[in-house]
Formats: sequence, C-alpha cells, structure tokens
Amino acid sequence: MRTGMRTSVDAYLALLGKDLRVELRTLRSLPAMALFAITTFVIFRFALDRTDLEGGLAAGVLVTTLLFAAILAINRLFVAERDEGGFELIRLSPIDRTVLFASKASALFIYLCALELVAVPVFALFFLDSGAAMGPLIPVLALANVGIAVTGTLISTIATMSTARDLLAPLILLPLLVPLVIAASGASEPLLRAGGPEYEDFGRWLGVLGLYDSVFALVGYAVFDFLLED
Amino acid sequence: MGDGPAIRLEGLTRDFGDRPALAGVDLELGSGKTLAVLGPNGSGKTTLLRILAGLLRPTGGEAVVLGAGLPGETWKLRGRIGFLGHEPLLYRDLSPDENLMLAARLHGLGRERAAGRIAELLERVGLSHRSRDRVAEFSAGMAQRVAACRAVLHDPELLLLDEPDSHLDPTAREVVGELLGPAPGRTRVIVSHQRERALAGADAALELA
Repeated sequence: MRTGMRTSVDAYLALLGKDLRVELRTLRSLPAMALFAITTFVIFRFALDRTDLEGGLAAGVLVTTLLFAAILAINRLFVAERDEGGFELIRLSPIDRTVLFASKASALFIYLCALELVAVPVFALFFLDSGAAMGPLIPVLALANVGIAVTGTLISTIATMSTARDLLAPLILLPLLVPLVIAASGASEPLLRAGGPEYEDFGRWLGVLGLYDSVFALVGYAVFDFLLED
Repeated sequence: MGDGPAIRLEGLTRDFGDRPALAGVDLELGSGKTLAVLGPNGSGKTTLLRILAGLLRPTGGEAVVLGAGLPGETWKLRGRIGFLGHEPLLYRDLSPDENLMLAARLHGLGRERAAGRIAELLERVGLSHRSRDRVAEFSAGMAQRVAACRAVLHDPELLLLDEPDSHLDPTAREVVGELLGPAPGRTRVIVSHQRERALAGADAALELA
C-alpha cells in the first residue's frame, strides 16, 4: 500500500477510534437517542390508540422515529471538534480532510446501528404481531443508515460553522432526507404487512436507497475539504 | 527546504469585515531563526500567527511560509508546523497519551515510534504519572504542558507559539521553554506580552501596533 494511502487509513482509524472511545466514556449521544426513540414509540402507541401497526403506517412510525433520534447525534457530531480545536488539529495535519468526513460518517453509522439494536426490538414488541420482518429489515435499515450518516455528517459540518447550528441542522437536513424516507418506508411497507413479509418492489427501493447513499457520499467527498476552510 | 527565508511577508493584510486586523505587515525571517512578535491586545498578533499556520486566509499582500505561497499552497505546510495557540487543541475526554497518539497518527508517525516519543515528552514536562488521566481533570497549566508536547511531537520545521507561557508556573515555564526552545533547523515565531523574555531568545522582533 502506498505511504499516503496507509497514512490516510491510519488517520481514519485514529479519528473513528477517538469518537467511539469518547462516546463509550461519556455516553452523550447513544442513551439519549435510545431514550428518545422508545419514548416516541410510547407516544405513538397512545396517540394512535393502537396496539398493533402494519404496512405503511408501521413503516412510517419506525423510519421517522429513527430519523428524529438520529438528529440528536447529528447535532452533537462536531461539538468536540468545534469546542476543543479538533478542526484546527485536522487542518494542521498532513492528511486529506475527507478522512474526517469518512470517520464521522462511520461513527454516525455505528451509532445508528447501535440505536436500532435497541429501538427496533422495542418497536416490534409494541406494535408487531411477530418478529418475522426483523431479518429482511436489516438491509433496508443498513442502507438508510448510510444515507443518514453521510448526509447528516455533511449538514452537521455546515451547521457547526454557523451560530444557529441547533436550528440549521434539522432545517436543512430533513428536506434533504425526504427521498431517503420515501425509499426506506417504501421498502419497509411490504415487510411489515399484517400477513407477514412480502417483497413487492423490495429490490427497487433498495436500489433507490443505494443510489441516494452513493450520490451524497460523492457530494460529501467533493465538498468537505472546502467546508473546513476559513 | 531551500535556501530562501523561512517566512517572507509583503504588505500582508487581514480584515474582519470593515475592521483591519493586520495592515501591511512586511517581514523576512531566515530559516532556523526566532522571531518575537510584540504588541498590545488587539494588534493582530494572533491573527498573524493563524495566517502563518494556514488557518486563516490573508485579505491581501503576499505571504510565503516554508516555500509555500499562502493561501494557495497551504497544503504544502501541513505537517511541517507546530502550533501552540490560545486553545490547547486537546480533546478533554481523552488522556494525554490518547491525545498525543491521535496527533501522532494524524501526522503519519508509526505507533511504535510515536509511543516512545510520547513517553519521552510527557516525562520531560513532568506528566508521565498523569498520562492516562482525562485532560478534563487537568489544570490549565497542565493542559498547556501537554499542548506543548503536541506542538513538537512531529519535530516541525516551524514552531508558531502564541503566549506559550500562559498558565505555567515558573518551574513549568523553564521545562516548557526548553521543549519549545531553539533546535537545529527549527524556525520559531513567538507571540508574547512578556517583552524582555521574548526578546531575550529572539533573533528578530516585529512590533505590531
């Protein structure tokens, strides 16, 4: 492997390891995300006055709850870099700055997977008759997580540079995530039907999610360097 | 680097909105020399240092640092500068060991080489016994000592030091002073309010008004 590539991979692992270590040590994001998601499910249960959901309604409740829980982590993603000089540390280092984009998006992806390990079984317990949809939901949620992670990292970087950062992140992010919500809900809807999982248009919606992820990963790679400029 | 000066500035300006922070700075500093930057609060000392580090774009004029024209060639400077600013650039929830290892890996130092260098530096500043405690538990002076280690960890060609004595007691000042002191091939720019102390170790001085 070329030296530059090896340095970038090591820098990526160092930054990702730092984020995961700090989260494990402080538990600032994950417990809040899980608590938010579970509380939202409880509210939905009383608001809809339903003990079981199926199809589009179940998919909508699941995807939107996970999305709003993700915003808690997205708002906090660059707090340490902003408050403790991490951005300057990166800018002074001989590494491609997109390494920071990749490490932050990876950290967010891992947070979302960890959230879903807790939130999805709780969702099934509250609203579903069986856990048959859990397995096929994995690729849908994994692709949705990639999209939320790359878009969330990009918008979080922009918001961090602004004084209205807490407002700006959801305000810009949520409209950008509408195609992802449509695709993730579209893929989940047949999986959550009352009679058990069906696979109508499943591949097509996964393709849309994959395309969304690729487009925003490329946009992030292309513009991230400029976002860290003075 | 070549035979040219380490730093050459011609008519360097930086404005923040309508307010000029630097108004036409001219300077030439040879490689391996030390420059003391003096001036009252708000005279642009920190702004100058951040421009030299490539962290801030100049509004006008010409700046060449270690052969790199700023801001167009800032990328050439990365990894060649040691920067000690007002903030220690340390993650508060990591230990000095972890912070320094992160900085070392970002600078492409191998883990083994970095581990030895980190242990040596923390020993020099008297913090090896606290190397695994979180920086959040440190006093400002202790954090400044770790930040000094971070600034020289990768043996930079150019050291940019903004009030390096901040928060340090007299003993720590001597220890950190030695760490950040002159070394073969090392050019230094030191911003300080302690005029006599700054001038004592300097080859040149720049007075900002």
